[in-house]
Amino acid sequence: MTLRIREKRHSMSHIKRENLRLAIIMLAPIFVILMAVSVYPLIRSFDISLRLYNLTKPGLGTPYIGLENYRFVLTDARFWQSVKVTAVFVVISVTFVIVLSTAIALLLNCEFRGRGIVRALMLVPWAIPNVANGLMWLWILNPSYGALNGLLSQLGLIDHYIVWLGDKRLALIMVILAEAWKETPFIMLMILAALQSIPKEMYEAAQVDGSRYFQTLFKITLPMIRPTLFVAITLRTIWAIKSFDLIYTLTSGGPDNATSTIGYYTYLRSFISMNLGRGSAAAWLMTLVMIGLTVLYQRALYMEE
Amino acid sequence: MNLAKKSTKVRLSKAVKKVLFWLAILFLLFCVLAPFYWMVVSSISYQAELALRPPHWFPEEVTFSRYQQIFEGFRTGFADNSPAAKFTRGLSNSFTVAGLTTLICMVAGCMAAFALTRLGIPHGRTLMMIILGSQMLPAIVIIIPINLLLQKYHMIDTIQGLVLPYCGLMLPTVTWIMYGYFLSIPREMEEAAMIDGCTKLQSFLKVVLPVSGPGLVAVTAYTFLYSWNEFFMALTLTQTNTKTITVTITEFASLFGTDYGLLATGGVIGSIPPLIVAFLLQRYLVAGLTAGSVKG
Repeated sequence: MTLRIREKRHSMSHIKRENLRLAIIMLAPIFVILMAVSVYPLIRSFDISLRLYNLTKPGLGTPYIGLENYRFVLTDARFWQSVKVTAVFVVISVTFVIVLSTAIALLLNCEFRGRGIVRALMLVPWAIPNVANGLMWLWILNPSYGALNGLLSQLGLIDHYIVWLGDKRLALIMVILAEAWKETPFIMLMILAALQSIPKEMYEAAQVDGSRYFQTLFKITLPMIRPTLFVAITLRTIWAIKSFDLIYTLTSGGPDNATSTIGYYTYLRSFISMNLGRGSAAAWLMTLVMIGLTVLYQRALYMEE
Repeated sequence: MNLAKKSTKVRLSKAVKKVLFWLAILFLLFCVLAPFYWMVVSSISYQAELALRPPHWFPEEVTFSRYQQIFEGFRTGFADNSPAAKFTRGLSNSFTVAGLTTLICMVAGCMAAFALTRLGIPHGRTLMMIILGSQMLPAIVIIIPINLLLQKYHMIDTIQGLVLPYCGLMLPTVTWIMYGYFLSIPREMEEAAMIDGCTKLQSFLKVVLPVSGPGLVAVTAYTFLYSWNEFFMALTLTQTNTKTITVTITEFASLFGTDYGLLATGGVIGSIPPLIVAFLLQRYLVAGLTAGSVKG
């Protein structure tokens, strides 16, 4: 009897050891890849951010200079300008996309003929490359021959063609609109999936109570999909802060830095000014802001629960 | 009398609601499709029609000369430096890079997800979260060290020099989706296979993987789409030989800034492969991607 138990135990630990070996083999590829192109670069980037690392002045070498790069970035007027632009961009863009996505998701949650097709067509903006999106809007917003000017003047809404990307405020609004066109569908599909997971009985109960549409919306529907909304807001915020492709193709940060977000500023510092130390410091500051915001959102979600 | 009046009123408001609903759907479709429609139309309109104020929304005459011009590159080969050759080279690079990235991510991602869900690794979920956390890293933070690293090993401007960082970008999500998928598959199926004498790995390959089809399709589509559309890393890690299509079409913008018809053509061609993938696999894609985010 005891012998059999021991035998069993022995064979179990044998399986476990076997598993361990298999696990190591299975996890090896992802471990190697993430070490090489995520973990090591992350550490190295922090290291670079503490060094004088200017590719235009190779003679100076790359000595440690403490927090000098961070000091430079934090006292750089262009950095704060880009922080301001990013804050405005993120707040407006995230709010706009989330409200729009929720509204469209509610619309598509109704049953109607052709819903499948409409939902499939919503994938068009999501699937095309960011840069194609940028070029597309660049052409639509063209001040002389653009489709937007053409359409609005045909409808009698404007009496002269407008230089959409020439005005500071207008340019930022246009970037937000172009971004929303591309990013809304994915968020919308997420919210739609959440809406469809709400049990029908919830609504039936509300109907018995005689609740009106908006009462049902605010008392049942939105609270039910709150976790998804939080995920959506978090994802949107992170993506909006990172936003680069669209700004690069549509405005190149202009006019007069009005659309230069932190991501674009960091790119300029690293790859145009070739000052890797300062670029890395800016990138780290940006990451810290993103982590901070994510933690804040998580807190907000759990606090309310 | 009064009752009849009331019921027509109700019916009327119902009809109004229906009309409003369909107007909303039409407006939505217009907003979603009109910009892309305009890009397609611009790519096949003559320059003269595009320069009208307002432009012809429906072209009177169409031309495919720009497409011919761009695909000329396939005949002349990749050797010369004409814009057409650059463009075809970009397309071919994108196919190679996106294909390889997808392949590696699928294999490595499934392996990792299998290990994390089936081998009883302590703190499997924590490990998964750490892997997923690396997804949050903005590419801009890691791009400089990656650049230096690739330069050191002479891998700047090579296919593998782009595929590797792409794998780093996509692998966490791929693993995460497959992790969720494998967890949702009941273990009884494998246990039955193991009683029949299969090893853990065999039962995984023969039982779990085949029923994970939809998840695999979703992840393949996702990885292909994202590596095809990626721009920032391609911009900073490629020079002349391995520029992908996204980099090539932005270069078009500075080269042919005034020829919007040609720019539109570039945009359309660059969008076609991801659009095809998205439409063919949309059922899986939507289910797979939203499942992960809703649960998370």
